Amino acid sequence: MTAVAPASPGPLLVVNNIEVVYDHVILVLRGVSLELPKGKIVALLGANGAGKTTTLKAVSNLLAAERGDVTKGSIVFDGVRVDQLTPSELVRRGVIQVMEGRHCFGHLTVEENLLTGAYTRGPRWRQIREDLEKVYAYFPRLRDRRRSLAGFTSGGEQQMTAVGRALMARPKLILLDEPSMGLAPQVVEEILGIVRSLNRSEGVSFLLAEQNAVAALRFADHGYILEAGRVVMDGDAATLAGNADVREFYLGLGGAGRKSFRDAKHYRRRKRWLA
Amino acid sequence: MAFFIEVLVGGLLAGVMYSLIALGFVLIFKASGVFNFAQGAMVLAAATTYAGLVDMGWSGWLAFLAALAVMIVFALLTERLVLRPLVNQPQISLFMATIGLTFVLEGASQAVWGSVVRGLDLGIPDTPLEVSGVLISKFDLVASGTAGALVVLLASFFQWTRTGRALRAVADDHQAALSVGIPLERIWALVWAAAGAVALVTGLLWGSRLGVQFALTQVALKALPVIILGGFTSIAGAIVGGLMVGASEKVAEVYLGPIIGGGIENWFPYVLALLFLLVRPDGLFGEKRIERV
Repeated sequence: MTAVAPASPGPLLVVNNIEVVYDHVILVLRGVSLELPKGKIVALLGANGAGKTTTLKAVSNLLAAERGDVTKGSIVFDGVRVDQLTPSELVRRGVIQVMEGRHCFGHLTVEENLLTGAYTRGPRWRQIREDLEKVYAYFPRLRDRRRSLAGFTSGGEQQMTAVGRALMARPKLILLDEPSMGLAPQVVEEILGIVRSLNRSEGVSFLLAEQNAVAALRFADHGYILEAGRVVMDGDAATLAGNADVREFYLGLGGAGRKSFRDAKHYRRRKRWLA
Repeated sequence: MAFFIEVLVGGLLAGVMYSLIALGFVLIFKASGVFNFAQGAMVLAAATTYAGLVDMGWSGWLAFLAALAVMIVFALLTERLVLRPLVNQPQISLFMATIGLTFVLEGASQAVWGSVVRGLDLGIPDTPLEVSGVLISKFDLVASGTAGALVVLLASFFQWTRTGRALRAVADDHQAALSVGIPLERIWALVWAAAGAVALVTGLLWGSRLGVQFALTQVALKALPVIILGGFTSIAGAIVGGLMVGASEKVAEVYLGPIIGGGIENWFPYVLALLFLLVRPDGLFGEKRIERV
């Protein structure tokens, strides 16, 4: 889990104008591009169905198992094109996804869940033991529950298990999908706080898909806003959080003067222009 | 009393033979969530391959290895041609695919080896052994010893090894297993190969008792009550279920049979299984469904 020496200068992940089609007919992403500099947390914001999860799954190539396909564009990780690699190869290279809804192995104990994360590393017992301790240091609650079946732990503990499991693969980039889903605000704070400190002290980069834009922008360095399969806006987390449109549409703040939707024209026009 | 014990012991030992078949089902169900309808056909294919090669003059060990190789190749082909294209399809599609597999396998093994009944002699004497007044079949003892060893081996493999853990992870959640980098294809091929090896051992033991013939596929039906009793996901359950089925059907046959006219042995386990389904649908040792509300 230590920061790996950069293999190449430039961004860690470059997604270049990708188009994703499900089942050969359903066009979900219409040209999404984004960049993730090394050691940063980038937030991917947007409403339901905007394409956040699909973007993450395109990077981790979990799409193939859902009959999705990247039909255009390219994905470059650490200077190498990775769009044709299997999820297993991607995990070996350092990209791992924490799926929406946690997806812990319910019938395995918390500790066994964590150990499955180290599957691709082979039988390096000592290293893996050390990393397990490290994960427990970040998530002390998991140490207390190490012998419980993951299915019987709380939602927050499951989210921690899922993140910890991903860490066990010693990733350079974690694709974190909707970590706040179904969790109490306090727990969301706790988890995002740990993500932040993992990022700071372990050098793990995060691509974070979130509906909870308020929380996401507070912890991220940079943000992209997706709408209907396109990036409509991007910028510094602080800039985005200060943008009037973002405040109104995603943060539910401001915009008190606007009474009708027509007044949002400015935003619509801008969206078309950016796309 | 001595008679009762003899019936009971005979039943328990016969039950181990049921456990063996059930083990094959449990392995595949555990790792891929599929009820493998083709398990009986796999038993048949493995046993006919062995018996056929021995009839051609091969030595026992060589024939065993060859039959094992055939089962492994079968596992690899199944993974490549049947399972992989059906990833993320509904469970029922996979189940239907295993029904298809059954016919292919039955047809193929009969096409290659014919449908004659072959005798199979493993060189284990089927003479009774007297232990303090109770007669025990030596063959049954060897069979249960083999089954016991297989079970201990498989159970510890599942529980303690990295691959075993990955197998359980895949059984729990395909998608999540994929996301942490567990190669599903390899896991499936592995588990089918293991089930093939279990089928081979089962086929040899049952084959030397019944003769290697088509009826071996029917033996697999006896595994159904066993896994219902023991639970679909538990290796230990397969053993306990087998013992229960074996013992209860023999005891019922001997003590209840005369009262209602005999022939109980054939249907008694299914009634037992039915009762179990009403009371404990997950079986004795099956994994409880974990649901969050």
